[in-house]
Amino acid sequence: MEGFITQQLSLEAKRQEENFPIYQLVTPEGELTDDGERIYNAELVRRMYKHVLRARLFDRKAVNLQRQGRIGTYAPFEGQEAAQIGSAMALDEKDWIFPTYRDHAATLTFGHSMVHVLLYWAGRFEGCIPPQGKHIFPPAVPIATQILHAVGAAWAEKMKGTAQVALAYFGDGATSEGDFHEGLNFASVFDVPVIFFCQNNGYAISVPVERQMRSKTIAQKALAYDMAGVRVDGNDCLAVYHATKMAAQRARDEQEPTLIEAVTWRYGAHTTADDPTKYRDQKQSEERRKYDPLLRLEKLLRGQGDWDDTWAESLHQTLQQEIEQAVREIESYPKADVTHMFDHVFAVPTWNIREQRQYCQSLLK
Amino acid sequence: MGMNLLQHDKPLRDRIEKSTKLTLVQAVTDGLKTMMNEDPSVIVLGEDVGKNGGVFRATDGLLAEFGDQRVIDTPLAEAGIIGTSIGLALNGFRPVAEIQFLGFIYPGFEQIVAHAARIRTRTSGRYTVPLVIRAPYGAGIRAPELHSDSVEAYFFHTPGIKVVVPSNPYDAKGLLIASIEDPDPVIFLEPMKSYRSERREVPTGKYTVALGKANLVQEGEDITLIAWGNMVKPTLEAAQKMEKEKRYTADVIDLRTLYPLDRETIVQSVQKTGRVVIVHEAQRTGGVGTELISLINDEALLYLRAPIERVTGYDVPVPLFSLEDDYLPSVARIADGIERVMGF
Ligand SMILES: Cc1ncc(C[n+]2csc(CCOP(=O)(O)OP(=O)(O)O)c2C)c(N)n1
Repeated sequence: MEGFITQQLSLEAKRQEENFPIYQLVTPEGELTDDGERIYNAELVRRMYKHVLRARLFDRKAVNLQRQGRIGTYAPFEGQEAAQIGSAMALDEKDWIFPTYRDHAATLTFGHSMVHVLLYWAGRFEGCIPPQGKHIFPPAVPIATQILHAVGAAWAEKMKGTAQVALAYFGDGATSEGDFHEGLNFASVFDVPVIFFCQNNGYAISVPVERQMRSKTIAQKALAYDMAGVRVDGNDCLAVYHATKMAAQRARDEQEPTLIEAVTWRYGAHTTADDPTKYRDQKQSEERRKYDPLLRLEKLLRGQGDWDDTWAESLHQTLQQEIEQAVREIESYPKADVTHMFDHVFAVPTWNIREQRQYCQSLLK
Repeated sequence: MGMNLLQHDKPLRDRIEKSTKLTLVQAVTDGLKTMMNEDPSVIVLGEDVGKNGGVFRATDGLLAEFGDQRVIDTPLAEAGIIGTSIGLALNGFRPVAEIQFLGFIYPGFEQIVAHAARIRTRTSGRYTVPLVIRAPYGAGIRAPELHSDSVEAYFFHTPGIKVVVPSNPYDAKGLLIASIEDPDPVIFLEPMKSYRSERREVPTGKYTVALGKANLVQEGEDITLIAWGNMVKPTLEAAQKMEKEKRYTADVIDLRTLYPLDRETIVQSVQKTGRVVIVHEAQRTGGVGTELISLINDEALLYLRAPIERVTGYDVPVPLFSLEDDYLPSVARIADGIERVMGF
């Protein structure tokens, strides 16, 4: 036996919360911390503001479309934009992202099209197709499963000798699944350049995080796998950006995985099929608007003297137009074609699928 | 002709005086409540089953009535839910675990097939697993990706677990109670599309619908139609349509339990009609229909007057909702299947 030996036996659980303070660069009032001063860059923050506003307007539109029956069930993300966008902006164009059903702010920022995101929620697999050259995986619906894919994709990049990394998005609930633990373990055993990006939005449907797990933070779960774990203010886009940038750099340079916990909040329902008043006080949710990520960016820009009303107004207008255009486009999209379900099961359709395709088509005549 | 749900069970007809009209999902709640009142070892656990009352409200009100020691919101982990339920079951409890959608049961798959299904065998009966796993399943409600899977065949293929699929409120309560009382693990599949599609008289007290017994929903002479879960309704409609249009009359069998199959009811009917159409929404290849054909070949081949037809989902992942209606067997497709068999 080697190493440190003790004769004192203690079963006292070590509370690790104090080791994982929440990293912040911009206060809710929009003021920069010392570190924030160093990193602040007006152009970057204006881009953040644009992406956050874009995602928010898109999300609200999507909820309305669902209410009007123009798309199906939808998973809103309002409140979580900074976490998704700060992290997506920190990646290189050729990196990989593995999102969930709630991560459209991230995928839109990383280059997915609004049309495709809407097509997916309009019940079409075509919505899963990312733009050419973009490594954006389809939204994972079964919880935590994509975490392992990100590890594998990043592992492949490492073996191919590239500098690309992969980032997996997931929620607090996902950390209870075995796939989460297997993903972190593989990444740490094989030194995989992957970032585990958890949006801790307080709830997994109705189950509050304190009922989901006993550990006080998600970041501390990194300790068990001997990897870096950081906890950031998920409503502080700049802090998320900076933390993810550092994690990505470390992944590229040293093949080190990182677990990032972005602490945030989703204001609305879990999905449009869910009723949050059953399990949480909506007043509590409205109070979180004080920490709103969009508002914080606005305050920051105003405080730095980098805000311009006409810029903001015209930005708003341009984005609204972009969204309306996307909606028009999906609504004039050709009707879903039955052949689609048969044509992508195998590279070469097997006889049963060929025959069933033919039969199914014959029914339409 | 028509629905003769209670014909099999005469004592029940007397008791139905004390009944209420419930939807299928309410009947599930009622079944759970009945058994929790009856037996303190019955507990309910799963994701969102407590405070939220389940994503479909199947456990609504149970937390308030029975407390959080018996109605348990678990962490988000199907292997955890099913694996610990196995331990609870082999040590004195009767857990009823809810999996939110059948398409999310896969993380718990190993626990079901590697453990729940074979603990009795492995311990020569010393340990047993009286566990019920409930899961909504099936397409037709415009649910998002993966929510519409109908993968009963995975479990049907696994000895050691029973597979039960009610199609209406009355059966749902009676079958659920029978499943909870069963000494072996049961996968209880709830057809989502039928959750709120109708209300039926459901006795208020405890009653069971025996596992392994199919329901001859309608009697006829010319053809046997076999279905379960969500497919019972369109199958009945197709039978009625063909009767009106072509005067074919059909035995319609709602299997209710897939494992064990009610061999007797199936064979008797086939011996009478000599013609069969099997309807299931699960993918065709390796589906339960395949086994039904084999069973009929073994037991009634010489009575057959035409090859058996299957009307099923296609061999593709269940598509998203824009094509879901094309995927699912429709009344027209079932009628078409009947026509092919009758016209053979
Ligand atoms: C394996 C699996 N089990 C259950 C579900 C049903 N479900 C969908 S979202 C969800 C909660 C997820 O919570 P969390 O991981 O915190 O992410 P959030 O939705 O809050 O972003 C559940 C239980 C699922 N999609 N997959």
